Amino acid sequence: MKKKKLFENIIHGIFLILGTITVGFVLVITIYLIVSGIPAIAQIGLFNFLFGQEWASTAAEPKFGILPFILSSVYGMAGAILIGVPIGFFTAVFLSKVANKKVRAAVGVAVDLLAGIPSVVYGLVGMLVLVPGIRILFKLPDGASLLAAIIVLAVMILPNIIKMSMTALDAVPKEYEDGSLALGATATETYFRVSVPAAKSGIAAAVVLGVGRAIGETMAVIMVAGNVANMPTLFGSVRFLTTAVASEMSYSSPGSLQRNALFSIALVLFLFIMLINATLNFLLKRDKEK
Amino acid sequence: MNRKRKSYIASMRGLMIVSTVITVALVLFILIYVFVKGVPNITWELLSTKPSYSAERIGILPDILNTLYILLATLIIVLPLGVGAAIYLTEYAKNKKIVSIIEYAAETLSGIPSIIYGLVGMLLFSNNFGTSLLAGSLTLVIMNLPTVMRTTQESLKTVPQSYREGAFGLGAGKWRVIRTVVLPGCVDGVITGCILSAGRIIGESAALLFTAGFAHAIHGILTGLSSPGATLTVALYVYAKEEGEFGVAFAIAAILMILMLLINLSATLVGKYFAKRRKV
Repeated sequence: MKKKKLFENIIHGIFLILGTITVGFVLVITIYLIVSGIPAIAQIGLFNFLFGQEWASTAAEPKFGILPFILSSVYGMAGAILIGVPIGFFTAVFLSKVANKKVRAAVGVAVDLLAGIPSVVYGLVGMLVLVPGIRILFKLPDGASLLAAIIVLAVMILPNIIKMSMTALDAVPKEYEDGSLALGATATETYFRVSVPAAKSGIAAAVVLGVGRAIGETMAVIMVAGNVANMPTLFGSVRFLTTAVASEMSYSSPGSLQRNALFSIALVLFLFIMLINATLNFLLKRDKEK
Repeated sequence: MNRKRKSYIASMRGLMIVSTVITVALVLFILIYVFVKGVPNITWELLSTKPSYSAERIGILPDILNTLYILLATLIIVLPLGVGAAIYLTEYAKNKKIVSIIEYAAETLSGIPSIIYGLVGMLLFSNNFGTSLLAGSLTLVIMNLPTVMRTTQESLKTVPQSYREGAFGLGAGKWRVIRTVVLPGCVDGVITGCILSAGRIIGESAALLFTAGFAHAIHGILTGLSSPGATLTVALYVYAKEEGEFGVAFAIAAILMILMLLINLSATLVGKYFAKRRKV
């Protein structure tokens, strides 16, 4: 009997370790990023690092200001949200409330595919369709720009927004809609004036999820945004926080200030993402409590 | 009905239809464009050789093999971890606070962008035992853990409590109940988790750049895992961005799209199959 108890305890211990391993990973990632990100910030100075407008990591007198990256990331995200959210939102309402089963299933397949396309494929199509398109349309010397990144990101966040909004809209109790219809509202009015407000937490969560994806995307952006460390302009070549890390990592030498500064950029990016995660969690929890 | 109301309804309906049409058109455009540009470039020579400067040819066999190795290694490691974590959460954990901390950690992991995984993977794995497919796999394990954990958890929730009570009532110990009642009940969750993770693993690139590297050499699985290598996505990036070989890049893109279609199809079929079986 005693032996059996010991055995059960060992099994319990093993599962406990497996259960807490996710927490362990989060801690390891956080600690590694802080430990490797702090030294360069300390050396450059927090203010100069965050608000410096010039990034010249390999110059004779190197400058490490990441304001261009922060602003590019934020503008790129905002632009993608501005374009992607309305399209995703209206598609979600249509699929959740209006479309019949067949249409819903067929468009659902398309949305799933959009979610599954690897970011390098988005980048490739963007490079060969969007970038030349923008160059010709706006008569620019080069189409690789913030605008190209915004459009690619808007397409990439579309499936997340559609799926998550649909989940929220599907969960609206039928009684709400029946009540509105019985009072004489038409179907369309009911969807937008009753169902959508009832699902607003879930839809807000969908937007926040889109923000997170847009801030975190690397490969598609690196392929279409031109990758020059300018302060962002719509038609100018830009570098995001993510692509700043990716583009110099392979040739920076370990231990150099340049490489350490890249880790500091990653730390800033990580803090952004943690903030977004906390918001997302808050919204979803509020939805559940209701 | 007054005019204002009518125009509101008409404009909302119009916006819904236009948006849905845009979404579908985007998918069709990308799909057709990639296939038209890519499929003609998929030749037997491309699929069955490695790149050679002297013969002036590009082959993607090493990249295909690398993708396969990384896929296998990642799934083999992530499955026990994810399933174990899910079992701990649904069967063992009694303290609500611990459960919510673990779930919060899992959500945090799934929100972290892949470039950060790439950096941490480089620091944790590549700096210790070299840039290699194994370092890439281990990085992907951390990324995919929340997915496997969540799908397994969902399926464990559908195992009726009465099954567990019945087994306990017959005198079975906790481990025996888990082995004979709980584990068989989470097969569908594990399979769904595998399919979803496979999609992410095949499509991932940013996390692999600095952990698995860019090499195109043909290896067996064991030497392969300990040496650096590019997966299909990384190879696509290099051929398109660094070498301007767009034909090869589109051929790889078409292959990736076909794989994604297959993965989505099998996820739907598996979901339908298990939903039907559960009803009976």
